Amino acid sequence: MQGFTYDLLESLRLVATLDLRLWEIVGLSLAVSLSAVAAATLLGLPLGAALAVGGFPGRRAVIVALNALMGLPPVVVGLVVYLLLSRAGPLGSLGLLFTPGAMVIAQTLLILPIVAALCRQAVEDAWREYEEQLRSLGVEGLPAALTLIWDIRFSLVTAVLAGLGRACAEVGAVMIVGGNIDGVTRVMTTTIALETSKGDLPLALGLGVVLIAIVLALNAAADVVKVSAQRRVG
Amino acid sequence: MILPLNLRQAAFSAGGREIIAALSLEIGAGPNTVILGANGAGKSVLMRLMHGLLEPTAGEVAWSDGDQRRARRQQAMVFQRPVMLRRSARANVLFALQAAGVATAEREHRADEALREVGLLHLAHRPARVLSGGEQQRLALARAWALHPEVLFLDEPTASLDPSATREIETVIKAFDASGTKIVMATHNLGQARRLGDEVIYLHQGRVLERAPVETFFKQPASPEAAAFIKGELPWA
Repeated sequence: MQGFTYDLLESLRLVATLDLRLWEIVGLSLAVSLSAVAAATLLGLPLGAALAVGGFPGRRAVIVALNALMGLPPVVVGLVVYLLLSRAGPLGSLGLLFTPGAMVIAQTLLILPIVAALCRQAVEDAWREYEEQLRSLGVEGLPAALTLIWDIRFSLVTAVLAGLGRACAEVGAVMIVGGNIDGVTRVMTTTIALETSKGDLPLALGLGVVLIAIVLALNAAADVVKVSAQRRVG
Repeated sequence: MILPLNLRQAAFSAGGREIIAALSLEIGAGPNTVILGANGAGKSVLMRLMHGLLEPTAGEVAWSDGDQRRARRQQAMVFQRPVMLRRSARANVLFALQAAGVATAEREHRADEALREVGLLHLAHRPARVLSGGEQQRLALARAWALHPEVLFLDEPTASLDPSATREIETVIKAFDASGTKIVMATHNLGQARRLGDEVIYLHQGRVLERAPVETFFKQPASPEAAAFIKGELPWA
């Protein structure tokens, strides 16, 4: 207990006096995860909505597969992206391995199923309510999907936040494709893993506190925007 | 002109149950048509077959204008429970106009005209979803009005409204009638059928038992089922 109290106090001191190098790590973490969330949102929302309103053979199978992919282990995603981007891999010529770009790709693949699957469920529920009215107005297919996405945008915030949470929290994928290179691809979670294994527990714990605080702040900001906008449009 | 609408041996069944039995019907321009029948008689399904939301499982439903898209744009439907998008009342009307391919320049004018017609112009900028049930149903009518349809389908438009909201809705329906729109309305409300209908199609277990002018139908129903329905619905008469 003594040790934990000491580590915690020491970590808070470190956070309070966060040096430039640590700020870079925090900044890179945010840049990578937010980019991945943006990409996964742009791809995942239309994909989920199309699955919700579309009818094609094998649709149920695709939905089951998508739901299962929400549980993708980050290390597996990391490994696959690693193989794709490694010099001998099909995308090796891009030279992306061990860059922040590779980390964004890996995290995008990791959270795309989460955003798409949660969006699919929300849009499908809404489609049940809107279908007759929209079809009566002659709105079907892609325009209907986009109309629904916009109309239930407040519910979809939760899907995006789930993706964000996953992206900020994972360590396996960014570790493998980023390589945890100091000053280049080192992010909060990989630093925490590294410092823990080195025995620098206060620093690891301090970064953990920062990570949780940032995720909390992002969620709080999303909630404020959501509630105020919801009040405006009913 | 997309009228007359012809149902030729049109049938609809779902889950092995026959909901509409092969019926042939011509709906022409002119008198307001009220589809009367008890709950479960198949009124809603018949309306949806005519409007094209359901495909008949046998037979055909055909407008005189064979072009599906053009026929679709000349009709509108108002449902028992209106579905409004999460945007302003006016934006809901504009959305319908945009979906119908009305030119941008014309949309605003037509939306305001429609909102004025149903008495909602002063609430045009309110979020549609916070309007009362009666106001939302009037907004649904405004959305239909803006489209200037040749045919308007109404599926129990006042079934979940109180008497004063019902009166307001009926006033708007009369205005539609006066503007030359063909009204096809499903209801189980006999008073409403008398107030708004010119002719009655009486539906019983998916079959058309009678088609008669309103006065004739209520004075001398030809089928015992219709007679029982009229009696049952008006126990004080």
